[in-house]
Amino acid sequence: MSLLSSLSTDCSIRLKSYPPTPMPTSPLHAAIHHAGRIVLGKEHQIRLALACLLARGHLLIEDLPGVGKTILAHVLARLLGLNFHRIQCTADMLPADIIGVSIYDRNSGSFQFHPGPIFAQVILVDEINRATPKSQSALLEAMEEHQVTCEGETRPLPEPFFVIATQNPYHQIGTFPLPESQLDRFLMRIEMGYPDQAAERELLAGADRRDMVASLNPCMEPGELIELQRAVREVHAAEALIAYVQALAEYTRRSPEYEAGLSPRAALALLRAARAWALIDRRDLVLPEDIQAVLPAVAGHRLHAASGAPNASSADIAATLIAAVPLP
Amino acid sequence: MATSTRFGARQTTVRRTAARRTTAESPALTRTQELWLFACAALTLLPDAEHAPVWLSVAFGAALAWRIALWWRRAALPSRWLLAFLVAAGSVGIFLTYRQFFGKDPGIALLILFLALKLLEMRRVRDGLAVIFLCYFLLLTHFLNAQGIGVAGFTLAALVLVTAALASLGHSGRRATEHLRLAALMLAQATPFMLVLFLLFPRVQGPLWGMPADAYSGMSGLSDSMSPGSISKLSLSSEIAFRVKFEGDIPPKPALYWRGPVLSHYDGNTWRAGTRERKVSLQDTAPEQAFRYAVTLEPHNKHWLFALEMPVTLPPDAILLQDYQLLSKTPVRSRIRYEMQSRIDFRTGAEESTASLQRYLNLPANNPRTRALAAQWRRELATDEAVIRRMLDYFRQERFFYTLNPPLLDENGIDQFLFETRRGFCEHFASAFVFTMRAAGVPARIVTGYQGGEQNPVDGYLIVRQSDAHAWAEAWLGDRGWVRIDPTAAIAPSRIEAGLASAMPAGEPLPFLVRADLSWLRAIRFRWEAVSNTWNQWVLGYDPQRQREMLSRLGMHDPDWKAMTAVMATLCGFLLLGLTFWALHKRIRIDPTLRAWNRLSRKLARIDLARRAWEGPTDYAQRVAHAHPELSQSMETIAALYIALRYGKLDGKAELQRLRELITNLEIIAAQ
Repeated sequence: MSLLSSLSTDCSIRLKSYPPTPMPTSPLHAAIHHAGRIVLGKEHQIRLALACLLARGHLLIEDLPGVGKTILAHVLARLLGLNFHRIQCTADMLPADIIGVSIYDRNSGSFQFHPGPIFAQVILVDEINRATPKSQSALLEAMEEHQVTCEGETRPLPEPFFVIATQNPYHQIGTFPLPESQLDRFLMRIEMGYPDQAAERELLAGADRRDMVASLNPCMEPGELIELQRAVREVHAAEALIAYVQALAEYTRRSPEYEAGLSPRAALALLRAARAWALIDRRDLVLPEDIQAVLPAVAGHRLHAASGAPNASSADIAATLIAAVPLP
Repeated sequence: MATSTRFGARQTTVRRTAARRTTAESPALTRTQELWLFACAALTLLPDAEHAPVWLSVAFGAALAWRIALWWRRAALPSRWLLAFLVAAGSVGIFLTYRQFFGKDPGIALLILFLALKLLEMRRVRDGLAVIFLCYFLLLTHFLNAQGIGVAGFTLAALVLVTAALASLGHSGRRATEHLRLAALMLAQATPFMLVLFLLFPRVQGPLWGMPADAYSGMSGLSDSMSPGSISKLSLSSEIAFRVKFEGDIPPKPALYWRGPVLSHYDGNTWRAGTRERKVSLQDTAPEQAFRYAVTLEPHNKHWLFALEMPVTLPPDAILLQDYQLLSKTPVRSRIRYEMQSRIDFRTGAEESTASLQRYLNLPANNPRTRALAAQWRRELATDEAVIRRMLDYFRQERFFYTLNPPLLDENGIDQFLFETRRGFCEHFASAFVFTMRAAGVPARIVTGYQGGEQNPVDGYLIVRQSDAHAWAEAWLGDRGWVRIDPTAAIAPSRIEAGLASAMPAGEPLPFLVRADLSWLRAIRFRWEAVSNTWNQWVLGYDPQRQREMLSRLGMHDPDWKAMTAVMATLCGFLLLGLTFWALHKRIRIDPTLRAWNRLSRKLARIDLARRAWEGPTDYAQRVAHAHPELSQSMETIAALYIALRYGKLDGKAELQRLRELITNLEIIAAQ
């Protein structure tokens, strides 16, 4: 195969949408199928978001406004039968605006807790970098602990609990970018990207997306989702595969290409996400391909090219990392 | 198979990066790799600063500094036109310095220039390789200037660094310590082969390749003439002239006269060697009383071999002259070792003819007062012995001084010395003595050489330095033959008994290491010299004779080159086998499933479908199926089985066997 033709095949792979599954055989694949009909041409992102949810992680979407972040969150919540809240972050937002507040109730003569928007199963935190560090940390703590503490009382958050945060990588004036330690709380960071031509035409010609979301029926019960989350943990990761994860992490620690290597937590996250990815792919074992598929999303925001190297995208960083580490 | 994978974005970028790596002519150097190469060049050329012309060292330093500044500022490299101009200017400079381009020094200078300019146009890995190989070659050239243990140690260190830089060109994403470890490991693996070749490769006498003719400038030592000041100048050098290993006891210090050039012709200022007649026979009476010793002579680019007075045997390739000068047939241009026997209670020259004795009476027509004194003694005294005694008494009684800094003398120098200044070094005393003897009709001549020496307590070698250079006299006493008379011993007996330092009055400038008050420094010096002597004897001095000795100790007596080659080949074969086993041992530990999978990749490599190192099984199977649809069925089966065995919970001998069979039976038809 000549170089030119191999390159063009590569490009076609990149732009290729997943072929529509003719007969969704499981609720999970039905969800992917239906979501793909609303969020057009973004099946890879849908799968990643779903994998993130199944792996009990949280998702950070970094992209411009208007590429379908909100719709994606909405569709996922709807299809999986989960309730959905949206928090629009602003600079004057306080932690109480997220968590909730206790108000004195004259009738009962006691303080009554009024839960904030965080008490939902799917939460879209829009433009998280507009919130002050104080509000951010309240939110991230809730994400980590799956519970909030308000006025000395600890309240559990609903299960499953899935946060989709978005941030705009441009127009950074007046924002508080998430520090690395906070980025680590997100299992994955993905980019939506513009739809391709065919998808966009279909979008423009099609019905209103909001109406479509409203007409969606859930594909599964919350209990089924929790069952799937449990099944993810059962996916088999063989010794050879764990060795591969280790080799990847080890490489990032030894190589001078990176400012800092992947932490053990990052390696765990990689394995967790790969398990979920394998499950979506209807397998009960993890393959190196699963690791490679989730690597850009899982490791992209945890790795930084050493100072002096050209500013590479997370996809490039992951690609060079994959190409540099042979399968053990 | 349930593992139909459809991964989008990430595959693309991986493939594209891989494509970028393998295509383009040669990848650009990373900044770290460039740093490695700077370090290589700097370290390689460090010892050359001593030998190369100053302007070239400065130019190289400037080029390197310039290149590092460009690196620091990430600026563009100079244009080709500027580089072409620099090549021309540098070449002209080298030609003006050496007046030629051929020969050792101009050759090395050209290489240094090229290395400097290569650094300035170093952009890609290919350029980096050129720099590395230039460095390797320049490292080799260090041995053309010096072969000491210091140079060897330095070169080894530089070799590790250059090899590590080579490793860094191959694997950019690793740490410095890993490159260094890899380089050290590779050199360690090469060491046994080096030892086998060093010990067994048939040796040739002298250096393997002819040393260029300009390699011998700047060697110090005695010369074939002596004028006032020539030996005292030499006495300030603490360089080693030769080392001696005695088989038994070392003779007493006053008997340690190491005979060198014999001078018999005097022109009024300078003593020169006389005619060179070859002596036919050696006195070899009672060799059992002789001292046996081996001399390791430092190169001095002259013919003399030094031996304890008087030699009773001759080393091979040496001749003895009528006046007992021992000469090598070729100039001593590399360190040589020869075995000798000498007797200190000798008796020589009873056979001199009258004609030849006449030569030892010739004098120029100056120094009238000395002639008058000699004539007066001749009249007063009956025998030659009495004249000699009178002369020595004169030295002793007339307040003569032994000093390294005598006053300057004019054309009647001996008159001035004997009657006015009375201050001189051994050459003054010897010269005045011989002149007076000849004026009095006693045949006499000057012998130069070394006197004494210092035993190194560490390895027992006697070290004779340039500061031990000495001149003494010989007089002809009829039937007693030539008799050694050392006038210096009459003035400063401690020079002969204890060495130069004790004979000098306080405050005289002395060679640093001859001074007695720096004993701790001398102890260190002794140790260092013992180490470097061992190096000289066993590494540099590993000549055909030493090789024969070592081989016969190993049980191979007088092997011919065929036997040597056989032994060498066998040993190298065993070493290779050993290394192979080591490597195999590491391989055997890998999973048998993976080994079968690797075999598949090797098999498919025939149709250019080898598995990429990072490629997972389903990706690989799909790629193969895409390129060769006829293989898709079997590839899918093989991949599924492999996945089940390696990444699943399946662990069965039967399945593994099946996988192997499937891979063996896979039929590949090369496309077109």
